Amino acid sequence: MINTLMEMFSYTFLVRAVVVGLLVSLCAALLGVSLVLKRYSMIGDGLSHVGFGTLAIATAMNAAPLTVSIPIVILAAFFLLRISENSKIKGDAAIALISSSSLAIGVTIISLTTGMNTDVCNYMFGSILAMSKSDVTLSIILAIAVLGLFILFYHKIFAVTFDENFAKATGVKTGLYNMLIAFLTAITIVLGMRMMGALLISSLIIFPALTSMRLCKKFKTVTICSAAVSVVCFFFGVVISYIKATPTGASVVLVNIAAFLLFWAARFIPWTQRKEALCCFIAERRKV
Amino acid sequence: MALIACQGVSFGYEGNIAVSGLDFEVHSGDYLCVAGENGSGKSTLIKGLLRLKTPLKGSVLMGGGLKPNEIGYLPQQTAAQKDFPASAYEVVLSGRLAAQGVRPFYSRTDKKIAAENMKRLGVDSFKNRCYRELSGGQQQRVLLARALCATKKILLLDEPAAGLDPVVTQEVYRLIETINRETGLTIIMVSHDMQSAIKYASHILHLQNAQVFFGKTEDYLNSEIGAKFLGGERA
Repeated sequence: MINTLMEMFSYTFLVRAVVVGLLVSLCAALLGVSLVLKRYSMIGDGLSHVGFGTLAIATAMNAAPLTVSIPIVILAAFFLLRISENSKIKGDAAIALISSSSLAIGVTIISLTTGMNTDVCNYMFGSILAMSKSDVTLSIILAIAVLGLFILFYHKIFAVTFDENFAKATGVKTGLYNMLIAFLTAITIVLGMRMMGALLISSLIIFPALTSMRLCKKFKTVTICSAAVSVVCFFFGVVISYIKATPTGASVVLVNIAAFLLFWAARFIPWTQRKEALCCFIAERRKV
Repeated sequence: MALIACQGVSFGYEGNIAVSGLDFEVHSGDYLCVAGENGSGKSTLIKGLLRLKTPLKGSVLMGGGLKPNEIGYLPQQTAAQKDFPASAYEVVLSGRLAAQGVRPFYSRTDKKIAAENMKRLGVDSFKNRCYRELSGGQQQRVLLARALCATKKILLLDEPAAGLDPVVTQEVYRLIETINRETGLTIIMVSHDMQSAIKYASHILHLQNAQVFFGKTEDYLNSEIGAKFLGGERA
């Protein structure tokens, strides 16, 4: 096992991918808790499709993908947020419209310029080879910014997630914090999209939050647990994809599904037994 | 000096007037109950008092140094909250958010105030339990404690007994009355339950898309509209 890991990390592109991936899955998990609880899960999905469209445009223009995608996806995030707050247009329908429109635009642009080739497949389902050195630097800076902002505004994000009306009534600028959540989500999605794939990135947001909600009962523990689950799942996903030569994005999602089922099943075991089992496990580990 | 004074105020949605002709004053220590049927403009009024809605006409004046972020509010529960993973303590503490301002974390004073309010409402015995696993009455007490954390002066309650069984309903009303009596906190409550309203409130504001009565509870009982409305309730 350790030999495999050593071998894996002797490839610089894999180290880069894992570093960025871990940071992105951490950010996605933290934001995911709020998004899932606010019933905004679909926004993540919609944004990733917009991201696909912008990637296609960036390739056609021969520009750096991240610098083109990030501003457009942030704009789309604000727009989607506005739609879901406006009760006149049904939010889910609007998101579906935007998703499919950006997919259509993206596919058309790709087929007109480079032609339908492996690029399309890579955008859709992700590629571990996608990260260049400058991408990695930008990703690390942005991911740290997302983490920092999340920690600084953690209590505000909780209040806006739990009860927007109360927060608004007591003078908290809820619109601002909703925009902050949308802004951070947009950045996270663009960063993770090329590795995980436009169709799979939203799972990084939704799965860890839902998984930890099976067992945890406080907002703080849900947040911490979901961050941990996400990071662990990503790591195992990458390792499995390396050993079995499976697509990275899909492998990470599969590990996430497994974790979800595990947590869901663990709920049916009473807490005292769970604690005992955990203690036994740790004791045995010590002996080994 | 009145805490809140409405002078010829109308509120509405997109040009449609929901409630008009509001002319009333709330003084420190009052217990005002806003009564009226569904769609009579009660919730709109609450939104207006919270400054979530600007009046179409007239003005809402805040006196006695009352700032918008000093209003404690007990909203109706949303569907999303019913399965929200948060401990009672986390919910109560979030009431201190407005006082927090630009500081990113809660201070010791914030935590102390939260602890005091949890004790006052008997929430501290289950403060580490998950909000969604509490009973309806316990949830309401948690939300009341949160509202108390946000204010020293005035509490706005939107149907505090909605969805609660009769025994718990009485408990909640008694709790509100105790808060009003012991701390001198001004209460503005929206309620369908007229019997409880006249039992506890000092003032009544009756709405039928316009203000039809405002005054002391005793006067309301003797008024024509009061007798008619309460008679209907009893029948």
